[in-house]
Order: sequence, then structure tokens, then C-alpha cells
Amino acid sequence: MTATTVVIESVGIQPRRRLAVIVSIVIVALLVVAVVASPFLQDAALHQDILSASLSPGAEGHPLGTDQLGRDVLLLTIAGTASAIVGPVVIAVGSMLLGILFGTLSGYRGGLLDGTVGRVTDILLALPVLLAAIVIGGVFGGGYWSVAALLVVLFCPTDIRIIRSAVIEQAPRPYVEAAQMLSLSRRRIMFGHILPNVRSLVITNMLLNVGFAMVTLSSLSYLGVGVRPGSADWGRQISDGREIMFTNPAAVLAPALLLIIATCAITVLGDWVGDRLAGDDEA
Amino acid sequence: MAWLLGQRLVGIVLVLFVISVLTFSLPHLAPGDLVRTLIGNRQVTPQLQEQIRAQYHLDDSLPVQYWDWLTNALHGDLGTSVQLQQPVSAVLADRRLPLTVALALLAFVVAVVTCIPLGVFAALRQRTALDTVSTTVALVGLSAPPFTIALALLYALAYYVPIFPVYGSGHGALDVLYHLLLPAAALAAGVGAMLMRITRTAMIRELDSDYVLAARGRGLSGRAVIGLALRNAAIPIVTSAGLVLTFLISGTIVVETIFSLPGLGQVLQNAVQYKDLPMLQGVTLVIAAAIAVIAMVADLIYLGLDPRVRSGRARS
Repeated sequence: MTATTVVIESVGIQPRRRLAVIVSIVIVALLVVAVVASPFLQDAALHQDILSASLSPGAEGHPLGTDQLGRDVLLLTIAGTASAIVGPVVIAVGSMLLGILFGTLSGYRGGLLDGTVGRVTDILLALPVLLAAIVIGGVFGGGYWSVAALLVVLFCPTDIRIIRSAVIEQAPRPYVEAAQMLSLSRRRIMFGHILPNVRSLVITNMLLNVGFAMVTLSSLSYLGVGVRPGSADWGRQISDGREIMFTNPAAVLAPALLLIIATCAITVLGDWVGDRLAGDDEA
Repeated sequence: MAWLLGQRLVGIVLVLFVISVLTFSLPHLAPGDLVRTLIGNRQVTPQLQEQIRAQYHLDDSLPVQYWDWLTNALHGDLGTSVQLQQPVSAVLADRRLPLTVALALLAFVVAVVTCIPLGVFAALRQRTALDTVSTTVALVGLSAPPFTIALALLYALAYYVPIFPVYGSGHGALDVLYHLLLPAAALAAGVGAMLMRITRTAMIRELDSDYVLAARGRGLSGRAVIGLALRNAAIPIVTSAGLVLTFLISGTIVVETIFSLPGLGQVLQNAVQYKDLPMLQGVTLVIAAAIAVIAMVADLIYLGLDPRVRSGRARS
């Protein structure tokens, strides 16, 4: 058993808390609204006004005060939601798709392909994701989406492994043998018959990956990798706002607390969906 | 056993080889003219360009360059920092590396000492208040980015209620420890959450198994039974060490910068900002190699813990 499966298993066992799930759904819904609204808020949020720089929370017209460039912290934080959420979702889905493709092929067909995929994932897994992303992203520069693409590559080995072992477990089952007997094409067996049977694992893993990707991407933007200076982004806001923590703590605390709340809500939802789907599979 | 050991050793050598090749090729793959990058802010003269080409053996073939670079690195020579014009290894060895190692170790010790017992307790008292509280705290520790937890702690315990220092690493052993406590606590939250959850799950599974029932039936004390179960539960805990370690080191790099601690994280961030490639290579090599080696040590401990693996039976 690999370390990753241990964590994923253990994530599923916390006491079912209806309240936590409902709160998480509300949080995620609000985040989605903020993501949809953020393109329309960019102009207002990035509006600089040096005269009203570093105002404390509660200043007139600025409930959370302003940062050192005089930008409204509340607007800036809402506008930064897109940067915090959209990338991680794309990373998780991209990494899941690669995981499905290579994991299923490698697990069902075995042989040389399996050996090659196995070695490559072994090596990629030995690289610490954040370190590799800082170094590669830092050296090659590139914007938000190149860093997101890099993270897809760094995230997918885990997905490939998890899906591969689930497919290997399914392969000797009677329904697969029956499909083989009917001489269905390998592609149809793999993606039409085996894949639906491992879907709960795939989806749970994808949801947990959204959380991991949020942590990684925000850490990167906090360190200044993959995000332009002056754009609306929570990580960026935290690194900029650290200088004015005394005059306006909200400039740092608003994005930091939102990151904590958002990642926790996503984990709770991931756990919950995982439990429900696992229940479906047993039934 | 010997065969397994050999296999692991070959694996680690392969991983270290790949890491070294990747690190070596960084400057060659980086966009822009390598000689110009290595000159940095200094005045560009044909003389200096010649000197740089000679110093980095840039006119040799790539395999020869790799070999030279690797032998130098193995002898502790990681090149010269472009930004600081000092040997990379000297910069790293002077406080940077020790500070990061101290912080990571402190966080690890705090996490192990508090969270493994907590995981065992949570498993013994399932669905009680303690279990609920600890799983909720673990949720935050496991989900949230370590640097946000660090910020929250920094604000609460250094700004709002000024108990701890805001930044810096202090002087003298005790003062350094005092400066490192808050960052270590922030890091331990994430690592501890992982350890606690893994311990809790493993303990619940072990306590449910037949041998525990048999031991209880034979009248062993509660304590002895927990000891038995804990030994088996230790296997997944140790197996997850690689994951925990990666989390710990990645976290350290980021959390350090929140507290303005002059460790490897700060060096890494500066090197990225100034495109200081030799420095970047040095830091990457040191961190990646350290992670690979410690992961292997954890693997060996695991081999020692599981008698089935030790005797070479079972497990494919």
C-alpha cells in the first residue's frame, strides 16, 4: 500500500457531520459566485488611490481598509477568488484525465507500457512537487497557466498510480472476463466497463487534488512564481500585505483566512462525496 | 531480504542520478544566454565572458560538463553564487542549512510527540468530544496551506498578543529556540494532522483485528494490547514518512519566509528572483537529495518493522 492511499483512506473516516457538509456547500457556492463575479470586479479592485493608502478596516467606503497602493482590500480579495479557484480546478481535472488515460492503459495492458509508465511515475514521485514547481517555474518564468500546466504534470503520477492499482484489482473480475469473451475491443473494456467501476475513487481523488492544488498554487504565488505583480491573487496579497500588517492586518488576514476556509470546505466536501460514492459501490 | 535491500539501493541511486541530471540541465535549458546569466550584474567584457566559459567549462561537451559538475558537487563545490559572488556551499553551510534543518526537526519532533499519542487516543475513544475536536483540528492542519496557518499564528501570538518575536532567528541556542517555536508550531500543525489521521486509522484497523480479540480473550492488560496494536499500526505510519517529509520540507521553505528566517527557503526565493542559477542548483540538489535519502531510510525502517518483509516472504 502506498502512502497516498493511506491518507486518502484516512481522510474518509471522520465522523459524518451534516452541519460541516452544509456549511461547506454554502462556502463553495459563495466561492463559485465570487469566481463568476471576479472578472467584472477586476477594474474596480485594481484601482489604485495613493491618497488613501494603508487605511485600517472600517474606513469610510472600505470595510476592510486598503493596501499600500490604496486598493480596497475587500474588492481585491473577492476579485482574487478566480485566481485561487479556477487554476486548481483545471489542475485537478487535467491531472485526473492523464491519470485515467495512463493509469487504465498501464493497469489493464501491462507489459512494456506498464513498465515505462511505472518507472517515469516513480521518478516524478521522488521530486517534491512544491520544490520542483518553484525551481522550474522560477527559471522558465511563464505566467499563471504555464505554472498550472507544470502542476498538472507534477500531480498526475499520484493519479496514475491510484487508478492503475484500482484497474489491476478490477481486471480479473468476472464482468471483465465476460466482456473479453464477447470479444469487445480493449478500449471498450477499459473505458466502458472498468472505468465506471473505479469512478468513486477517481472522483474522490480529483476533489482532494483541488485542495492540494490550491495549497500549492497559492504557496507559489505567495513566493512570486506564476503571478504578475499587481494582479488580484490571494498569495500575492499576502506577500504584499505583510509589510503593512501593523496598519491594516486585514490586508493579510482576509486572503489568508479565506484560503484556510476554502481549502477546509473543499476537503470536507471531498470526504463527503467520497463516502457517498463508496457507499454506492458497495450496494 | 538482501535482494530487497539491493533493489532499494539501486532505486535510490537511480533517483539521485535523475535529480542530478535535472539539476545540472537547469541552466542549459533556462531561457536567455547562459554566459550573460552567469555574469549577472557585473560589467560584460569579452575577458569576463572568456573567464566564465573557462570557469564553467562551457566549451566542453555536455556529458563532460555533467561529469565535472557532479564530481565537484560531490566534493562540496557547488559553484559560485552570481548574486553574492561567494561559493554556494559556503553560503548554504553558514547558518542557512542548519537553520532549516533545526526548524524542520523541531516541527517534526513537536508533531510526533503530540500527534501520534493523540491519534492513538482518538482511536481508543472514537466518537467522543476529544475525537471530534482532534479530527476537526486535523482537518484544518491537513487542508490549509502551512503559510496561512503560520500567518494566523503570527498575527495572534506575535502582533495581537505579543508573546513571540515577529521575525528573525535570534542569537544563542535558547534565543534561537524561542524564535523557532512559533514557525515550528505552524509547520507541526500540518505534519501532525497527517500523522494523527494515519495513526488513528491504522489503530482503528488494528484494534478491530482478530489478534487483538485473541489477546484480549487471553486476558492481556489493556496496555499490552495497545502495545501490540501500535507495533502493527507503526507500519503505515512509517510508510507514510516520505509523504510527511515532503510536506514538512515544502512547508519549511514557505513558512520560513513568513517569519523572515534566513534559511534555505529565503535563499531559494532570492535565487529565483535574481535568476542566480548556481545558487538555485545548489539549493535544489541539497533539498532533493536530502528528501530522497531520508525517504530511503524510512523505507529501510519499514523493512525492519515488517517481519514478513524481513524474512523475504509474502508481499509482491
